[in-house]
Amino acid sequence: MAKVPVQFTLNGSEKAEFIDSGTTLLNALRDKIGDTSPKGGCHQGTCGACSVIIDGELRLSCLTLAETCNGAAITTTSGLAEGGVLHPLQRAFLDTFATQCGFCTPGMIMAAKVLLDHTPNPSRDEVVEALSGNICRCTGYEPIIQAVLTAARANSQNAA
Amino acid sequence: MALALQTFPTVKDANAALKAAGTRYLGGGTLVVRAANEGDVSVSGLVMSTDPALSAIAAAGGKVRIGASVTMAAIARHPDLGPLAKAARAVGGPAIRNMATVGGNLFAPAPYGDFAVALLALDAAVGTEDGELPIETFLARRDGSRSIVTSVSFTLPKADGFRFLKVSRVKPKGVSVLSIAAVLEQAADGTVSSARIALGCMADRPMRAKAAEKALKGKKLDQNGIAAALAAATEGIAPITDPIASAWYRAEVLPIHLGRLLLA
Ligand SMILES: Cc1cc2nc3c(=O)[nH]c(=O)nc-3n(C[C@H](O)[C@H](O)[C@H](O)COP(=O)(O)OP(=O)(O)OC[C@H]3O[C@@H](n4cnc5c(N)ncnc54)[C@H](O)[C@@H]3O)c2cc1C
Ligand code: FES
Ligand code: FES
Repeated sequence: MAKVPVQFTLNGSEKAEFIDSGTTLLNALRDKIGDTSPKGGCHQGTCGACSVIIDGELRLSCLTLAETCNGAAITTTSGLAEGGVLHPLQRAFLDTFATQCGFCTPGMIMAAKVLLDHTPNPSRDEVVEALSGNICRCTGYEPIIQAVLTAARANSQNAA
Repeated sequence: MALALQTFPTVKDANAALKAAGTRYLGGGTLVVRAANEGDVSVSGLVMSTDPALSAIAAAGGKVRIGASVTMAAIARHPDLGPLAKAARAVGGPAIRNMATVGGNLFAPAPYGDFAVALLALDAAVGTEDGELPIETFLARRDGSRSIVTSVSFTLPKADGFRFLKVSRVKPKGVSVLSIAAVLEQAADGTVSSARIALGCMADRPMRAKAAEKALKGKKLDQNGIAAALAAATEGIAPITDPIASAWYRAEVLPIHLGRLLLA
């Protein structure tokens, strides 16, 4: 199978790779580039564990072909902490016990980040809607919803 | 298994590439990449076109043209497409809506195709390089269709003339038990002068409830007026059975939900 070049920015740094045509972004990120924060839960679009942010929009990396991302800016959960300081969402997930096995967490955090980027003070319903494509087998969701609301409050306090 | 993707700037070149055996068009990929991930070996190559017309929305003078690559999220947030927002938001969760295209929805087998149900009620015209087809004809022939859908066009309904409902077990996001869309026009005395009703999950693809449409003509939208339409709603249906609901259940609840939609 012919190799094709892909080039995009991942969490602010330039990445260029040769991949097999048809490789999903999830496989390219995990197996080629070494960012294992997006998880492969179902490879069917149903679990949301592979969620990443592409040019500001939430996408499922398991259903996105890497070569369609040429020139894009991609954000994953591994790019959120700055200089060892966790992102407010990551902090809130730890503080409210919103992560148990942790498999869904990077996808949940991506979905929550897009929400807070557009809606800094979301209602509970808006949080539920934003996370509706993400499945968690462990927590029963309530701690996750609370984590997102807590992070939103922390953000607005910092901004005040 | 890897798939080879070929990308073309024009629809014409992409259409030529699609003539090769084993190739499929790549819209948002939510169905076709999923099929490949699941091991569907009938797809060996994907073709896409980056023609900007495929991603354009044009709304003027009550007429709307939506490019086939436009996503459900783009429709839901478009200021001129307010009446359709509910139907676009009915598709998947937020990430799916950022990927799922109008073109792909026209090919989605039941229980999917919620937006195509809306387009069927709207009597949309489906555009390809060879011209336009009424959506009903397009849907009937879609299995043998090999050319790229470029657009859907329709007359924008008045906000209160278009109704849409999706029933799912999981909220806010869940696969359809059924979906219903209706375009209703009423005379000054409140009687229905014309009705187009489309159903999802009542066959392998969206279908019209023609007997119910007929029974609604000249009737008022009240309990008595809609009774005959509800009784006729199940005529000609062959609902799907899947893990969400059996065909029997879908047929049982269809008149109830149609009633709610008509009385809303
Ligand atoms: C988790 C999940 C939840 C979902 N929920 C819903 C839901 O609630 N409601 C719903 O309706 N659907 C749902 N879907 C199905 C799907 O996402 C949508 O139907 C979507 O609109 C399909 O569009 P796509 O662009 O992703 O299609 P693709 O996967 O890109 O294509 C699907 C098929 O259509 C063909 N095709 C696509 N575009 C064109 C074109 N322009 N011309 C010719 N052929 C074309 C492809 O070759 C392929 O055969 C869901 C899917 C997943 C994975
Ligand atoms: S791995 Fe992508 S949605 Fe489950
Ligand atoms: S913490 Fe285990 S799946 Fe969510």
